[in-house]
Amino acid sequence: MATDQATTPPAPEIQSHDLSQVILLHPPPVFNYFKDLFSKKFHLLKAWESPLPLHEFLTNHAHSTQAMLCSGTGPPISADVMRLLPSLRLVVTTSAGLNHIDLTECRNRGISIANAGEVFSEDVADLAVGLLIDVFRKVSASDRYVRHGLWATKGDYPLGSKLGGKRIGIVGLGSIGFQVAKRLEAFGCNISYNSRKRKDFVSYPFYTNVRELAANSDVLIICCGLTEQTRHMINREVLLALGKEGVIVNIGRGAIIHEKELVQCLVQGEIGGAGLDVFENEPDVPKELFELDNVVLAPHMAVFTTESFKDLCDLMIGNLEAFFSKKPLLSLVMNE
Amino acid sequence: MESIGVLMLIPMNSYLEQELQRRYNLFKLWTAPQKPQFIKEHADSIRAVVGNAFAGADAELIEALPRLEIVSSFSVGVDKIDLAKCREKGIRVTYTPDVLTEDVADLAIGLMLAVLRRLCESDRYVRSGKWKKGDYKLTTKFTGKTVGIIGLGRIGMAIAKRAEAFNCPICYYSRTGKPDTEYKYYPSVLELASNCQILVVACSLTAETRHIVNREVMNALGPKGVLINIGRGPHIDEPELVSALVEGRLGGAGLDVYEHEPEVPEELFGLENVVLLPHVGTATVETRKAMADLVVGNLEAHFSNKPLLSPLV
Repeated sequence: MATDQATTPPAPEIQSHDLSQVILLHPPPVFNYFKDLFSKKFHLLKAWESPLPLHEFLTNHAHSTQAMLCSGTGPPISADVMRLLPSLRLVVTTSAGLNHIDLTECRNRGISIANAGEVFSEDVADLAVGLLIDVFRKVSASDRYVRHGLWATKGDYPLGSKLGGKRIGIVGLGSIGFQVAKRLEAFGCNISYNSRKRKDFVSYPFYTNVRELAANSDVLIICCGLTEQTRHMINREVLLALGKEGVIVNIGRGAIIHEKELVQCLVQGEIGGAGLDVFENEPDVPKELFELDNVVLAPHMAVFTTESFKDLCDLMIGNLEAFFSKKPLLSLVMNE
Repeated sequence: MESIGVLMLIPMNSYLEQELQRRYNLFKLWTAPQKPQFIKEHADSIRAVVGNAFAGADAELIEALPRLEIVSSFSVGVDKIDLAKCREKGIRVTYTPDVLTEDVADLAIGLMLAVLRRLCESDRYVRSGKWKKGDYKLTTKFTGKTVGIIGLGRIGMAIAKRAEAFNCPICYYSRTGKPDTEYKYYPSVLELASNCQILVVACSLTAETRHIVNREVMNALGPKGVLINIGRGPHIDEPELVSALVEGRLGGAGLDVYEHEPEVPEELFGLENVVLLPHVGTATVETRKAMADLVVGNLEAHFSNKPLLSPLV
């Protein structure tokens, strides 16, 4: 398919003509496992497979394309990109986060957005809890210790810290934050939170700012999205308020935390430990963290389970099918 | 007043040693160049023994201490103590239930998450620089998986409560059914293993429960099943466990205990579906202090003729 386009003039769409067109700039991670489910139902225009530069590909091939499928990885869906898609009415993203999409442009042009909704909230919440237990109880560190044969030669590993009774500060009490809270309550933890707005359906103490939440917590769990307001929201001041025994877990976006300041605080012992699934510049991870046993590192994998990917796939296809048959979207994002 | 001799078998906690030393004449068995001789030398004054999960008052030791009145274990598992002999001789036995229940249950769930979501393996993946070459693969969701618990005592119930917060259906096996729970009961471990996805050992070690998880049980749990052991190593037939994992007949394992601690079968070191911990079920600063206080509290109660705080015998 790609080779034809290099030598012949742009041809009218010759394959899968009955199927509705969907433009993709970059393969979403879910394609590695479920690509066929999509290509059976839709005519996929895959910009990355073309030797043409992006703007040419879009101009020549996607002029009448109404729907786009994107993910958090790959090029941002900027106003410039969207201007090359005059017929675009829908952007479906495989992520819960929307920071890679120009929301203002979508609002102005009346382009609907559908995201992953709550399809992997449970898996993300599970990972947050798993990372927290790992840091508190030194699971990965002592697994390393055993595998290096040190238990027999050096004796017992240093003691960890009890989870029960700890004060958990959840930053962002959306779908994921709420699932995290529900789980940690069963471990005897005390939950408080900071969010853009107070939530009526919970009775957890609400803090109006993150620094105050940190000052009254033993743990901070970052569950919010990345926006202009939340970029670098967790900085040195907040970390110092969390304190020397404090632990931070991030399953949101790397840039919510000021990474350089986090590294400094960890190296200098200003906070007690960290469990991180996301980083400012993935897949780069600050090397200083590799020296630390009180840090657990994960490769942005919170949604990478077989179950979530299958559920995500079903949801993405469901949204696209709904759009093309003029039915309500399954996971429409309110973009106001 | 003659000072009370307390024999501590192995090092277990420096705060506990400190507190015992302040109150009693503490004999540290591990410092003796010749243990039998050391015991003989001090047998006249030793009225209490403090042991733990690794070392306890067996028949031989009890016989060698004619003035022994009380064994106070720094653990809830008492399989290393000859309880029958203690009963026979009227020796009291105390242990440390309740104060460590939460920590052990927390760790059981931590192991489940670590195995299913490959936490240790992917931490290694990041540290080795492999993430720069590509994403880690898909792992398995924990929420909603059926959890089967062997032994629905204090720890088993605490594990169930936590797993329920992850919407995990709970089923169990125990010597007798527990009528006031709503969890599904199976009359054998084999049936339990055939009907759950994660099997966790949470019962005490006795002659009956040794190798309660054998080849048959592991085959029933299967290539997608995960086995978690926060009980005692001998609950599981360890050589059979190793071959089940190596051959892929068992999907994964999270182990905190082994048949011959601190030895861990090296065949397991290369497996990415296994998490290996060095018997840390109760290893937090908070819980070890609470356990130590209970050991000391029991000894104080005994030697001042007050009711024991947590007697077993």
